Amino acid sequence: MVKSVIACILLGLPMIASAAGGGGHVEHVDADISNEASVQRGAKYFVNYCLGCHSAQYVRYNRLAVDLELTEDQLVENLMFTGERPHDTMENAIPATDSANWFGRTPPDLSLTARARGDDWVYSFLKSFYVDPSKPTGVNNLVLEGASMPHVLWELQGIQKAVYRTDLDAQGSPHEVFDHFELVQPGTMTPEQFDVMAQDLTTFLTYISEPAQLKRRSLGIKVILFLVVLFLFSFLYKKELWKDVH
Amino acid sequence: MSSSEHEVGQMAGRREGGFNQWLNKRFPLDSLLRDHITEYYASKNLNWWSVFGSLAMVVLVIQIVTGIFLTMSYKPSAAEAFASVEYIMRDVNWGWLIRYMHSTGASMFFIVVYLHMFRSLIYGSYKSPRELIWIFGMFIYLALAAEAFFGYLLPWGQMSYWGAQVIVSLFGAIPVVGESLVEWIRGDYFISDITLNRFFALHVIALPLVLVGLVAVHIMALHEVGSNNPDGVEIKDKKGPDGVPLDGVAFHPYHTAKDLVAFVAFAIVFSAIIFFAPEMGGYFLEHANFEAADPLKTPEHIAPVWYFTPFYAILRAVPDKLGGVILMGSAMILLFFLPWLDRSPVKSIRYRGWMFKTAVALFVVSFFVLGFLGTQPATGLYTTMARIFTIVYFAFFLLMPIYTKLDKTKPVPERVVYHG
Repeated sequence: MVKSVIACILLGLPMIASAAGGGGHVEHVDADISNEASVQRGAKYFVNYCLGCHSAQYVRYNRLAVDLELTEDQLVENLMFTGERPHDTMENAIPATDSANWFGRTPPDLSLTARARGDDWVYSFLKSFYVDPSKPTGVNNLVLEGASMPHVLWELQGIQKAVYRTDLDAQGSPHEVFDHFELVQPGTMTPEQFDVMAQDLTTFLTYISEPAQLKRRSLGIKVILFLVVLFLFSFLYKKELWKDVH
Repeated sequence: MSSSEHEVGQMAGRREGGFNQWLNKRFPLDSLLRDHITEYYASKNLNWWSVFGSLAMVVLVIQIVTGIFLTMSYKPSAAEAFASVEYIMRDVNWGWLIRYMHSTGASMFFIVVYLHMFRSLIYGSYKSPRELIWIFGMFIYLALAAEAFFGYLLPWGQMSYWGAQVIVSLFGAIPVVGESLVEWIRGDYFISDITLNRFFALHVIALPLVLVGLVAVHIMALHEVGSNNPDGVEIKDKKGPDGVPLDGVAFHPYHTAKDLVAFVAFAIVFSAIIFFAPEMGGYFLEHANFEAADPLKTPEHIAPVWYFTPFYAILRAVPDKLGGVILMGSAMILLFFLPWLDRSPVKSIRYRGWMFKTAVALFVVSFFVLGFLGTQPATGLYTTMARIFTIVYFAFFLLMPIYTKLDKTKPVPERVVYHG
């Protein structure tokens, strides 16, 4: 009986997962935030390659140290380069008006990007820069067409171009669709190494989008185990009490 | 019981000159407890459908308590609101837990209330003599909808902002006064800091007071006439020599023990969501709401939170804005008239014929389909479907006087059916 009540409650919820973000091209990534080494590497990449232009204004350095199990020395040595204090948030040095003038828009804060767009989107975005001479930065991005961001990781990934094939649409007229990327100039990393890097960065962004994730799942198991035991006792109590009702 | 007998009963077991006696001479604690808890009799055959009223009270308490703590760290200003929510999520001790309890509580409130209303529907709990309980309950539902709507603006995310923009602008469809009314609600020419401040006031003070007051009235009316049961039999018609209904058992300890089981089961579901899926796939916390409100950037797709989507689908099913608003309003208002639309001589679905059962099934299907359609963009096929199911939704109410009268009912037993 109780089970049917729970089933009713669960059935009442629309369970269809919704896809986040636009763009047709999405690659799946396994952003496992319990993989501490991956989050630590992601933090290092983030500070070195992203934080120059983007901020993570809701993230505190010392919170990173606690969650990633770093000592304060490790924190200062590896992640803090411009004289911040440990309790500061991850701001960047460029005034917003300057970056808006240089790039066409202020690079968005990345604290919540992975949460708003999803980890697959972030991963695909990082991997989808391709040569486009019509753009001032020389590159475009398949996931976010017309993005004003330059390909910051080009030295590592190399330079790739988008290869299209011709397909017939529903009306039978031919049109071009994206087929695959082709590396035209190799970078310092192999494609496999670069995939891991993009994955690490995605994992880090997923972690900073909701640091409580590290805690909530393990706490949740304990809470639910306690409640299951409590359920048993409350059920037996009810049964015992109602035995006399005829 | 006469008042002097009452007094003797009240003092029984109380030590002469003791504190309890002192207290009860000045405040009717014993008699209150007796009237509403230990000697309030509800039918022994209540099933699990009847736990959702208690659960709704539990959720109300969760919302009020977590809300108080959120208010301690939240900043109701356009410049700071979004950041203060993230501050709660990251820097306040256990802030994330309190916030998830509140955001999950909002959706669970509607789930529990919808199930509670559905229970009324299938067992005829709105029928005489319980019409007022139903009407007070409908006012609770409307107050809850308003409370949820005002609260949804507070995180100041993109969906908060644009959802409020869309819903407030609906009032603009009203002829003559529409546009000035919209300005009056917003306090500005667009959704702004001023709007956020007043929505905060309404969410934190005004509507909670209204809700608590309405809940008190709802329960007082319920305890006056007594709870319905799955057979729709009035248990007060058959009383024993002691004046206790033969089929009734005391609310405490019997029904409270049962409600406790339901509460723990509910807590398990609630915790599973909070700890493992606080966004509930984007239905409880929408993805787009993790982006701060930007008045210059309209999102591609604006949808209200799931609990409003059936009504949103009805709104969009009508090509004319004013017509849509009127129809959406009627979809809610019609519920108030349920006690008089239902002409059946019996209360419970157990003793009703195939017509009512079919109508209820179609109504449930239309509510779910409209709920789904409200989350989707209104394109060709979906708009057609929304129109069809809007007709089904309204037909359920408007044809009710006819089919409940024509329906063949079964004889209702004298006493409730109970297999202890």
